[in-house]
Amino acid sequence: MLNELTISQLAGRLARREATASEVLAACLEQIRRVDGEIHAFISYDAADAQAQAGAADKALAAGTTHRQKPLLGIPIAIKDVIAVRGQPLNCGSKILGQFVSPYSATVIEKLKEAGAVVFGRLNMDEFAMGSSTENSAFGVTRNPWDLSRIPGGSSGGSAAAVAASECVAALGSDTGGSIRQPAALCGCVGLKPTYGRVSRYGLVAYASSLDQIGTLTRDVRDAATVLGVISGHDRRDSTSLPQPAPDYAAALEGPVKGLKLGLAKEYGLGGLDPEVGAAMQAAVKQFESLGAEIVEVSLPHTEYAVAAYYIVATAEASANLARFDGVRYGRRVEGADPTELYRKTRGAGFGAEVKRRVILGAYVLSSGYYDAYYLRAQKVRTLIRRDFLNAFETVDAILTPTSPTAAFKLGEKTGDPLQMYLSDIFTISCNLAGICGLSLPCGFTAHPKLPMGLQLLGKPLGEETILKLARAYEQSTPWHKERPRLSGLVI
Amino acid sequence: MPGNIDVQYVARLARIALTPAEEEEFGAQLAHVLGYFEKLNELDVSAIEPTAHAVPLVNVFRPDEVRPSMPNEEALRNAPASANGLFLAPKIVE
Repeated sequence: MLNELTISQLAGRLARREATASEVLAACLEQIRRVDGEIHAFISYDAADAQAQAGAADKALAAGTTHRQKPLLGIPIAIKDVIAVRGQPLNCGSKILGQFVSPYSATVIEKLKEAGAVVFGRLNMDEFAMGSSTENSAFGVTRNPWDLSRIPGGSSGGSAAAVAASECVAALGSDTGGSIRQPAALCGCVGLKPTYGRVSRYGLVAYASSLDQIGTLTRDVRDAATVLGVISGHDRRDSTSLPQPAPDYAAALEGPVKGLKLGLAKEYGLGGLDPEVGAAMQAAVKQFESLGAEIVEVSLPHTEYAVAAYYIVATAEASANLARFDGVRYGRRVEGADPTELYRKTRGAGFGAEVKRRVILGAYVLSSGYYDAYYLRAQKVRTLIRRDFLNAFETVDAILTPTSPTAAFKLGEKTGDPLQMYLSDIFTISCNLAGICGLSLPCGFTAHPKLPMGLQLLGKPLGEETILKLARAYEQSTPWHKERPRLSGLVI
Repeated sequence: MPGNIDVQYVARLARIALTPAEEEEFGAQLAHVLGYFEKLNELDVSAIEPTAHAVPLVNVFRPDEVRPSMPNEEALRNAPASANGLFLAPKIVE
């Protein structure tokens, strides 16, 4: 089935005229019609617009355009509902944006289209990217394609589920504390969070601006390198965008792993780790050793403070960023006698519970009398966490961790206890606080039920080439990325 | 002392109307989360500089030049209420 192939496989088929872009898209749309009633990865999609893009790709192919010129020509890529696509709805998984239609496209969307991609769909997510399970969407939950009674992870749960269920070939997500890597791990795909500033955030709705980064969800590591190569680079419309030119990530995949130093953080072995995840990690360590990597113990001494620091910094920034949703310039409005009442009623009716909790928490940690005790202290702890990583990277090329302490949990299992949900982010959030890059890839399955597990490679600032190379070597020497969830039983 | 959150008051600051049930639920949940935040007090950070941004970029400027911007009509297309090329909002001045 065309919709199950990787970007590199599809590029070959398209180039050899064994398939057309229209056929590839049709296979994805057929799969959505077949399985998305149960998985609900998509909030919506515009089939006619996608078909027009695929038709244009077929014309370009017929006119001789190659994938060397346009690396994503004819490849259907779906988009998390937090990234603006001109003329398409944008809801951020929230009720508050109402019937909002994006008046412009994000830089990453312009780059995808320039590279020939067929950009389509609005993928489900935790409201405003706040959550780890995609249960906080105003549009209903997304289910894990490997087990429909379980969460797909979050907040980019729709992106991970859509790639895993072969409803699209690749997807974009956003990652503020693990929102690409954790759902990628729980759905069995490859999730890449680039270095802060590597990919333009122009057109990404802000959650926590000092932590947010756009990244990729793909079937394999080569596809991650291909899409990253397209979307990365400097953008003058994002003042946090890094000026360094983007390297050739696909070329970096082929280098040797032998002699690279891979760190294991002694603080990451402690408590809460599921025994099967621990066993998969140990097997992965052996695998990397057999590939010629040198395993070195490193210390990240402030690990135990990362969750607290993260949830102070992230909620503080969220409380400021989400002030713009006030019912005046766009989105839903609930009328009030005066502006304050209009704001309060609009936001009370428009935001879901987790967004309200985080905005209130953020307003609290910034408020007079508590700013120093919470926000300023958290920013100082952030300095210590960043130093931990920069120190570790003096001796190692990358750090190996589990992505998530457990495989996918059951729907509803943690919704009543926000702190338990926050603590499940322990391995992913430090990466955003430190501003480094991270990638999750499949590293095995639990026995009963069969659920994917992920390992995470953390790299230096702008160290994407190294973690992609390590990930590629591991992936090509293990069978995990070839497994697909069994969805054939689903009939709507 | 930190850890005791008056949800009703902070929700007013944040301009969010809550139901009494939400006030009660969020109050308990946020007190729990704030209790966890106390963990940061174990560290001596008196000599540490805060990190606001992980990337050392300062004073990023663009050329000061006139460029096309979004047409008025498009900027108003998502407005809940507009007239005469303007957003309509409740009266602010008495």
